[in-house]
Parts: sequence; C-alpha cells; structure tokens
Amino acid sequence: MGMTWRAAMVSLLLFGLFVGVWHLATMGSGPAVTMDPEYAKLVGATASQGKSAMPGPAEVGLKIWQHLKDPFYDRGSNDKGLGIQLAYSIARVMTGYLIAVAVAIPIGFLIGMSPLMNRSLDPFIQVLKPISPLAWMPLALYTIKDSSLSSIFVIFICSLWPMLINTAFGVASVRKEWLNVARTLEVGPFRRAFTIILPAAAPTILTGMRISIGIAWLVIVAAEMLVGGTGIGYFVWNEWNNLSITNVITAILVIGVVGMVLDQVLARATRLVTFPE
Amino acid sequence: MTDKFISIEGISKRFPAPGGSTTVFEELWLSMARGEFVCIIGHSGCGKTTVLNILAGLEPPSDGTVIVDNQSIEGPSLDRAVIFQSHALLPWLTVMGNVAYAVASKWRFMRKDDLHRQAQKFIDLVGLTGAEHKRPAELSGGMKQRVGIARALSIEPKIMLMDEPFSALDALTRGTLQDEVRRICLETGQTVFMITHDVDEAIYLADRVVLMTNGPNAVLAEIVENPLPKERQRNDVHRHPLYYGVRNHIVDFLVSRSRNFAEEMKDTNYDPRHVPVVRPGAPQVASSRAATLDATDPGRARGPRPVVAAEGATPAPSGPALAQHRA
Ligand SMILES: Nc1ncnc2c1ncn2[C@@H]1O[C@H](COP(=O)(O)OP(=O)(O)OP(=O)(O)O)[C@@H](O)[C@H]1O
Ligand SMILES: [Mg+2]
Repeated sequence: MGMTWRAAMVSLLLFGLFVGVWHLATMGSGPAVTMDPEYAKLVGATASQGKSAMPGPAEVGLKIWQHLKDPFYDRGSNDKGLGIQLAYSIARVMTGYLIAVAVAIPIGFLIGMSPLMNRSLDPFIQVLKPISPLAWMPLALYTIKDSSLSSIFVIFICSLWPMLINTAFGVASVRKEWLNVARTLEVGPFRRAFTIILPAAAPTILTGMRISIGIAWLVIVAAEMLVGGTGIGYFVWNEWNNLSITNVITAILVIGVVGMVLDQVLARATRLVTFPE
Repeated sequence: MTDKFISIEGISKRFPAPGGSTTVFEELWLSMARGEFVCIIGHSGCGKTTVLNILAGLEPPSDGTVIVDNQSIEGPSLDRAVIFQSHALLPWLTVMGNVAYAVASKWRFMRKDDLHRQAQKFIDLVGLTGAEHKRPAELSGGMKQRVGIARALSIEPKIMLMDEPFSALDALTRGTLQDEVRRICLETGQTVFMITHDVDEAIYLADRVVLMTNGPNAVLAEIVENPLPKERQRNDVHRHPLYYGVRNHIVDFLVSRSRNFAEEMKDTNYDPRHVPVVRPGAPQVASSRAATLDATDPGRARGPRPVVAAEGATPAPSGPALAQHRA
C-alpha cells in the first residue's frame, strides 16, 4: 500500500477517534439529582440532566447539514446564511489582498532593484511591519467612516508586508549570472524586468503571496468581530451572543476549510512558477 | 599582426580590501588579431575571469582601457558573446527558449518563425536536435554547455569570450565539444578569447597561449606562439615534433615560474607593454617575429628595449628545458 493510502487511513482513524472522544465527553449522563421538575425546567437540561453545554458531534453535523442545505437565506441583519456571511468575508479579503498585490509587487521590485530605495525605505518597513493590523482599525474607522471599507483597509495593511518583503528579497537575490546574460545580450530594463527578474523571483514572490493570504484570512475574522455588521467573523460573535455554540463550532470548521482552500490555491500557483535547477 | 582587432591597453583591477585595496592584476597589455584564437592560462584566482569580464564589458577596469575595432568598450555588447563558466542558462526556459531569447535580443523585430529557424540552426549545429523542448534541469552537464555555446553563436558575434567552457565535462564530451567549437570558430572566423586550465586544450585550440602569473599583482608573463600548423587533428597533435616542447614550456611555467615570476621580472627587465613572445622549439621563427613586431609597432621602435634583444637571443627563458626536448 502506498504511503498516501496509509496516511489517509491513519488520518481517518484519528478523525474517528476524535469524534468518538468528543461524543463521549459531551454525552448526557442522565438526571444527576432528583429535583423538582419545575426547577429542572428553570435551570435547563445542562444542569438538570448532567448534559454538557458543549454540543456533541451529532448536533454539529446536523447544523452543518442545515447550513449546507440553505447557505444563502437572508432573514434580516442578524440572521443570514453562512454562505452569505462567507461571501462577505471572502470579498473583503480579496479586495484588500488584490490592492496589496498591486502595491507590494511594484514597490518590492523597486526596493529589490535599487539598494538606495532599499536603504531609505527600510526604517519605515521595519516600524510598520510589526504593528498588529487591528491597531489600525480605530484610525481607519475614524478616517474612512465605513466599517466595511475599514476591514478592507486592515486586510490591505496586513497582506502588504510579507509580499513586499518577499518581492524585494526575490528581486534582489536574482542570480548575478542571469543578469549578466541579459547584460551581454543588451536587454533593456523593461524586458529584463519581465523576462529575467520576474520569472527568477516568481517563486519567492508567490511564497510571500501565500503567507499574505493566510494572514489576511486570520485577520478578517478578528476585524469583523470588531466592526460587526456582516461577515463570518461577525457571525461567530453573533452566535456567541446567542449562546449557540453549535453554530460557533460550525463557523470555526468552515473558517478552517476556506483558509485551507485559499492556501492550496496559492500553493498550486507557486508550484506552477517554480523551476527546477 | 598589424591588425589590432582587440587591444587591451594597460588594464588593472583593484578590489577594496580591509586596510586599503588588493590589486588583482596590473598593467595588462595584449592585442589580438581578427580571427585569432587566444587562450589564457594561469592559476586559480589570478584574475582570468576578471579580465574576461572586462573584455565582455561586464566590469570596468580600475585603470586602462580595452579597444575593440578601434572603439573603447563602454559596456556589454551583442558583438561580444560570452560563454559562462557556469553555463548560466535560464532554468525556466527550454533549450529552444534559451537560444531564441538570445536571438530575439539581437534581432528585436525578427518574425517569430525566422527567430525559431535561426535558433534551430544553432541547436542543430551543437548537436542538440531533439532536445529543444527540454529544460536545463533535464540536461547533462555537456548538453548544458552546448546550449551555452549555441546561445553564444546564435547571435553571430564578432568575438567569443569563453570562461573555462569545458572544465566541468568528462574527457570524451570535452574532446567532442573542443572539436566542434574549433570547427565552428574557424568556419565563422570568430576571434576567440578563452580561459582554460588545461594545457593540452590550449595547445590544441589556440594560436597563442597567454601565460598569467599568480595573483595578487598578476601580470602577463609570456605569450607562447603555437608552433603547430593551423590545420590540426585532435588525434595526432601530440605526435607533432614540437608538441611536447610547447607543452613542457607551459607546464614548467605553471609549476614553478608562475610563482617566482617577480624575481624573473627583475632579471629580464620585464616590460608589461611588450610581453615576451616565445615560440618553443623554433627559435629562428621567434626572433624573426620579434623583428616584424619591432617594425610594425611604433611604440616598440622608440627607445632601447633590452627585452627585445633578450628575446632574439634566447627565445624562451626556459631555454635549457626546451633544448632538452629538441635533443
Ligand atoms: N567582487 C570582488 N571583490 C573582491 N575581490 C574579488 C572580487 N571578484 C574577484 N575578486 C578577487 O579577484 C581575484 C581574481 O578572481 P578571478 O575570478 O578573476 O580569478 P580566476 O583567475 O578566474 O580564478 P579561477 O581560475 O579559479 O576561476 C580573486 O583573488 C578574487 O578573490
Ligand atoms: Mg574564473
């Protein structure tokens, strides 16, 4: 049996084990103490029957099924389908991220090609990079005055740095011999940028893009929790306020799956531009 | 030798070093005729690649200039193709892509199928027909080097600069490629400047072999004229009566004289502008050549030149060793 198969079997086994433990841990243990039925009703099943507040795998599975069946319903601002909330989040991430790509790659090229620009922009990057993207939120809300645009701005800011730094690094470390080939062939600066530097730096640039999309997806949940309104982050927070742990767990799983898909798309793209040496 | 197609005029190269600077080489003077094949031999680190980079225009000299075709060089040019020691193929392009890239750089508005045809011609020439769509990573060392050669030839340069093009190859491949390069260069009338570590390769390929002393402060010690006829076969060059004379002269230089040349310089009144020309095994030719040079080179006719006299009298500073071989 191939390694892939064996690994898949072990994964499946671990998953089964996890679900089993989860099920046992959240199973009700029957009425804990005999109590007045009136009182029992008052305190709820959790206290009266020893039933855990944590939903079990069956409940969560059912919830997921319900969401999958009808992902796009819209019953007012506090009750939208999971699909709609996800779409909001993905749209924000994509907008902020693509703007960041459009800014980071040209500036990264500039920094990578010019030691002067590298030196002069370095202090700004060093100071701006470690700032938590959420720290920008109040400033963004104050200046932009729109919660959705502010989240997009926060996504832009957090995706910028890995791409900028990787692009600059990739461009600066293009092998001297390839540049010398271009020089001996009298290749002009534009053609050199597109035919030598870009393909040579592409794997590094895409690695930066992959790191950025990961961070952007982490940050959008927090940003939406903060500003509210719509999005998967808001959904999580809203369901927590509703004390619907089942929905919270469902959302957590969905966030994980979407994050994985985004990461895999960029991993594929990276593989496409990677050249063997 | 009136034609100075390439003229290296007093170039030096210094690199900054802790506490001042190190001089890699100093005051190199050398001229090459059109269609000439010159090999340069010297120990590792003496500055051969640096000289080649200056000729290519990839690096400026610290002092002096290089004049090609009556113009001092300002930077790299499509007239001077470089075959890099590390082959320097673009790994994201195929064999065809690499060669076509060079062709498209030379003829910017060439039609796509013409471009393709030109590239194909040189891929065929180096014997890589059928491997056009392979990436460099899928090629053997010898095949990569062939692509490098095809790429350099495809732009139909006037000068080829080769940095140890065969050093990474096995003996068999090396022999084949030497033959091919020699044939192509003769056919296309290339002027070639080639770095090598291999004495036999230099004797087989070169019209003149330039010997460089060890660095730092390296100089050109001697120019060895190859006494072998221009028409030569790889299989029997070593049977030529003068072959071992030349070979031993160069090996002697590499083994001992390259290290102690500074002392030799004092004794022989060395002049960097007129590097001694030797023709091991054929003294009379060497002296007559010195005389011709004297007549044609105005700089040389000025002032007394004891070196020239020394050249005439003893063609090779290692005369005894040569005499041995002639005996
Ligand atoms: N950019 C640089 N900065 C400082 N020193 C340098 C630089 N480039 C080359 N050198 C020095 O110049 C000397 C000559 O280098 P070069 O590469 O020309 O040698 P080489 O004769 O080609 O050697 P090899 O036969 O090993 O290829 C070396 O001692 C090297 O350390
Ligand atoms: Mg070298």
